[in-house]
Amino acid sequence: MSIEVRIPTILRSYTGGEKSVQGSGATLAELIADLDSRHPGLAGRLTDESGLRRFVNVYLNDEDVRFLGGLEAKVNDGDTVTVLPAVAGGAIGAA
Amino acid sequence: MRFDSLLDSLGHTPLVGLPSLSPGPSVRLWAKLEDRNPTGSVKDRAAFYMVQAAEKDGLLHPGATLLEPTSGNTGISLAMVARLRGYRMVCVMPENTSAERRELLEMYGASVIFSPAEGGSNEAVRVARQIAAENPAWVMLYQYGNEANARAHYETTGPELLADLPEITHFVAGLGTSGTLMGTGRYLREHVPTVQVIAAEPRYGELVYGLRNMDEGFVPELYDPSVLTGRVSVGSADALARTRQLLNAEGLFAGISSGCALHAALAQASRAAAAGQRADIVVMIADGGWRYLSTGAYSGSLEEAEERLEGQLWA
Repeated sequence: MSIEVRIPTILRSYTGGEKSVQGSGATLAELIADLDSRHPGLAGRLTDESGLRRFVNVYLNDEDVRFLGGLEAKVNDGDTVTVLPAVAGGAIGAA
Repeated sequence: MRFDSLLDSLGHTPLVGLPSLSPGPSVRLWAKLEDRNPTGSVKDRAAFYMVQAAEKDGLLHPGATLLEPTSGNTGISLAMVARLRGYRMVCVMPENTSAERRELLEMYGASVIFSPAEGGSNEAVRVARQIAAENPAWVMLYQYGNEANARAHYETTGPELLADLPEITHFVAGLGTSGTLMGTGRYLREHVPTVQVIAAEPRYGELVYGLRNMDEGFVPELYDPSVLTGRVSVGSADALARTRQLLNAEGLFAGISSGCALHAALAQASRAAAAGQRADIVVMIADGGWRYLSTGAYSGSLEEAEERLEGQLWA
């Protein structure tokens, strides 16, 4: 139980309002399954049959997991996982 | 260097070394100074290309009205070219953007319609789409999905970088519309297959993610993850600290999104140095610090600056 998972506001109804929860697993998929066992419904908001949902971004220690193997990305004790909705960026004076 | 007009001076921006921030002679950082564009930001490239493409397609005629959702820089670039060409410019901008951007837009003659702070740029896109539907004669170039945005970088930024730094190993830029990363990234990967293309994505406070549900999220139509090799989320504290580091260590007065990109670039630099690999890493400096002075990003302690920045769109 030693991976910290940060939850965005719109999903905190699944975590009793908690901003961050703890979980375990060897991969992101296992971690999400573990979280769902204590926060039922959360997995369904993060994933669908194709993998991570289109507008869900998950970062492992600030790196987008889609570039680290997606749901198969390896996670370790002490890691921080951050879930954020995909939004129109403002980077680079962007946009 | 001599040009026929300000618009003709677009691009060909300097690439300068960052010797103090580079880990050593075999791992070097380079800054592409996009603030040296006609209106002072990287967005000039995309804006001028999008206008040119629309003119070529016969979408624009004198007196036409341009409409664009923008957090500022693209709007400023478009407003400048619109003024020169005789178009009217209407920007939809989140209300939580800096005062300087608003003033610059108005100075160039653009009308600004504010979208609610909550929801950030997502909300600006939604409002702009609504206004476009109500005003079918207006032309929305729509930077998030306009191929000319990415093409500007494919045809200019990419070739400039390769000419100045054939040994380039990494390209790091902020992620917004993704136009810079897609265009430059595609060009570089075609010519340097091993190049790393890293997106640095600003991570804002809760307000900006004020969606009602996950399905209201947004991914720019231009975004193609296969062009990238990595994507990093950077919080405002790190972006601010790096922006100040650029100023203190290299004398470079850059906007906050440049600090965001630098943070991701320095992580790549440390990784290369630790692995004993040679690296020549380009960081995009999207704009100068001038447009963010009123945010308080450059004065007082970092903690104070971060507090002042909370809830604002800093990039």
